[in-house]
Amino acid sequence: MTIHTQTGPVIVTRGLTRHFTARKQTVEAVRGLDLEIRQGELVAFLGPNGAGKSTTLRMLTTLIPPTSGTASVAGHDVVTGQREVRRAIGYVGQGNGAGHQQRGRDELVSQGRAHGLSRAEARRRAAELIDELDLTAVADRKVSTLSGGQRRRLDIAMGLVHLPRVLFLDEPSTGLDPQNRANLQEQIRRLHEETGSTIVLTTHYLEEADALAGRVIVVDHGQVIADDSAARLKSGLGDLVTLGFDRIDHAVVAAERATARLDHTAYVDRDGDQVTIRANGGSLVAPELVADLAAAGTPVRQIEVRRPTLDDVFLNLTGRSLRETAGESTSNEKESDTETEEVAA
Amino acid sequence: MSTTTISRDTPASGFVADTVNVMTRELKPVWREPASVLFAMVQPLVFLALFAPLLPEAPNGSALQWFVPGIVAMTCLMAASFTGAALTDEMITGSHERLLVSPLSRSSLLVGRALKEVVPMLMQTAIILAVVTPFSFDLHLGGVLVGVAILALFSVGIGSLSFALALVSAGQEWLFWTVQQTLIFPFLLLAGMLLPLDGAPGWLQVASDLNPLTYVVEAERALFAGSYPADTVFAGFLAAAIVAGLGVTVGVRTMRRCS
Repeated sequence: MTIHTQTGPVIVTRGLTRHFTARKQTVEAVRGLDLEIRQGELVAFLGPNGAGKSTTLRMLTTLIPPTSGTASVAGHDVVTGQREVRRAIGYVGQGNGAGHQQRGRDELVSQGRAHGLSRAEARRRAAELIDELDLTAVADRKVSTLSGGQRRRLDIAMGLVHLPRVLFLDEPSTGLDPQNRANLQEQIRRLHEETGSTIVLTTHYLEEADALAGRVIVVDHGQVIADDSAARLKSGLGDLVTLGFDRIDHAVVAAERATARLDHTAYVDRDGDQVTIRANGGSLVAPELVADLAAAGTPVRQIEVRRPTLDDVFLNLTGRSLRETAGESTSNEKESDTETEEVAA
Repeated sequence: MSTTTISRDTPASGFVADTVNVMTRELKPVWREPASVLFAMVQPLVFLALFAPLLPEAPNGSALQWFVPGIVAMTCLMAASFTGAALTDEMITGSHERLLVSPLSRSSLLVGRALKEVVPMLMQTAIILAVVTPFSFDLHLGGVLVGVAILALFSVGIGSLSFALALVSAGQEWLFWTVQQTLIFPFLLLAGMLLPLDGAPGWLQVASDLNPLTYVVEAERALFAGSYPADTVFAGFLAAAIVAGLGVTVGVRTMRRCS
C-alpha cells in the first residue's frame, strides 16, 4: 500500500547557494543548485567529502538558510515556511537523533508527540516501529548502551514516526559494518516501496548509491556534475579489461592487436607486462582477444574483466578517483561544515 | 515498512504542548534513573552541614533562618546554569539537530529545557526544608511557595541564558564551562547569598545593588521567614521576571542566529 500518492515535484531548488566564511575566506559550499525531485523518487547525492552534499541537505531540512537562491520542499519554502516543511519531512542526520541519556521508546513517543500525534497514537506508532526495525530487545534500554547498528536503526525509526512525505538521510550507513549496511539498505528499499515516500540520501559509498537509488546526482565542488540513473551514468563508459603477460614484448604485441581490433572509442594502455583496455562490450571482446593472442604466440597469463562502477563515472567526470578524494580529507563533511558555520554565525 | 496510517491529534501543536513535551522529555532520564540526581540532591545538604556550624549567631532570629533561603537560591542558580551542559552533549551526539528539524517551536525548546531544572529544584528545596525544620528553623509554607514561584521564574531566565551560552560554545565545550564558572561565583557572592554584605565597601555595595539575584535572595529571606513586605517581594518578582524576559529573548535570538 502506498501512502503518499501525490505526484509532481516535491523538492524544487533554484540557484540554491550557500557560502561559509571561515577566517575571512569565503567557501562556496553549494553553488547555484537547480534541482527538481518528484514525489516517490529515491535519490542519492553522491560525492566526495566536502562536495556540498550535507550542506544541501541542511538547507532542504531548514537547518541552515541559503545564502541565495530558493528551495521548496513539499510545497513550502525552506525559509518562509520552515514549520510546514518540518512537519512534512523526516530527517536522519549524521549523528544520533535519539538522546544518549534517553530510552529509545521514550524518544520515539516524544518525537511522535512533537509531530502532533496523541499520546496513545504516539505509543502505538513507537511500538510498531520498534517491531519493524527489530529493536524490541533494546527499546527500553538507555540509548548510550546500544551498538552502532542498533542506534542507526533507532535513528531511522525516529525519522519515520510521522510517515513523512520526504525522508532525508545524511550518510545513513557511515560507521556501519557491511552486514548492518546491507540490512539498512534493505530497510530503506522496503520503506520506499511500501510508503511511496520520497527519499533523499547522501553517500560516499558508490555501492550504496548504485544498489539503492533510482537516480544518482553526482556532486563535486558544490555543483551537480551528473544527474541520471546509475545504469545510464555507467553505460557510456565501457568495461575495464586487464590482461597480464609473462613478457613485456608479448604485452606490446597484445596492445597493438587490441587497438587494431577495437573501434576508436576504445582506450588501450600498456604498462610493463600489463595491458589495460576500456571498451564498450569489453566483456564480449575479451574471450575472442584471448584466443586470438594465444594463436599469435603471445598467450595471456592473467585476465580481469570489470564492469564500470560509479567510481569510474566520477573519475571520468572529474579526472579524480572518488576513493582517493574521499581519502584526502579524514574529517567528515559535517564536521567541517559546522566549523565554518560557527564562524559565519 | 509500515502499511498503516497515522492520525494526527491537532494540525498544529501549540507552545504549551510543545513546552510540556520538551520538559517531559528532559525529565525522562531523571524519572527513569532517580539515583542519577541523588548526588545533586544531597549536595546542598553537605554544604549546609559544613557551613551552618560556622555561622555566627544572628542578632535577630537564628542563623539558619537567614542562611537556608540563600542555599535554596544558590542550588536553584547552580542547577539552572547547568541547563546548557545537557544541551552541549545533545549537540555533539545529534539529538539537538533532530529536535531542530522537528516542528517544535523554537521557544518551547528553550523554555522546556529551562523549566526542567525547576522540578529537581523543588525536590531539593523540600529536602533542605525537611532537614532543617527540626533545628532552629521555622517553616512558613505559604511564604516558601511564593518564594519558590519567584525562583522558578528566575530559573527559566538563567536556564535560557545557559542554553544560549551552550549554543554559542558549540564545538568548544571549554568555553561553556569557563564562562559559566567565571560568572556564577561573583553572581552568588554579590547577592549576599553566603555572607551578608552589610559592612561591604561602597563599590561592592553598588555591584550588589545591580545584581538581580540580590533582590531575589532578599525576597526569599523575607518569604521564608513568613513575612510579606510588599516592596521586597515585588522587587524579587520583578528582578526574576527581568532575568526571565532577558534570558528567553537572548536564547531565542541565539537559536535563530545559530541555525
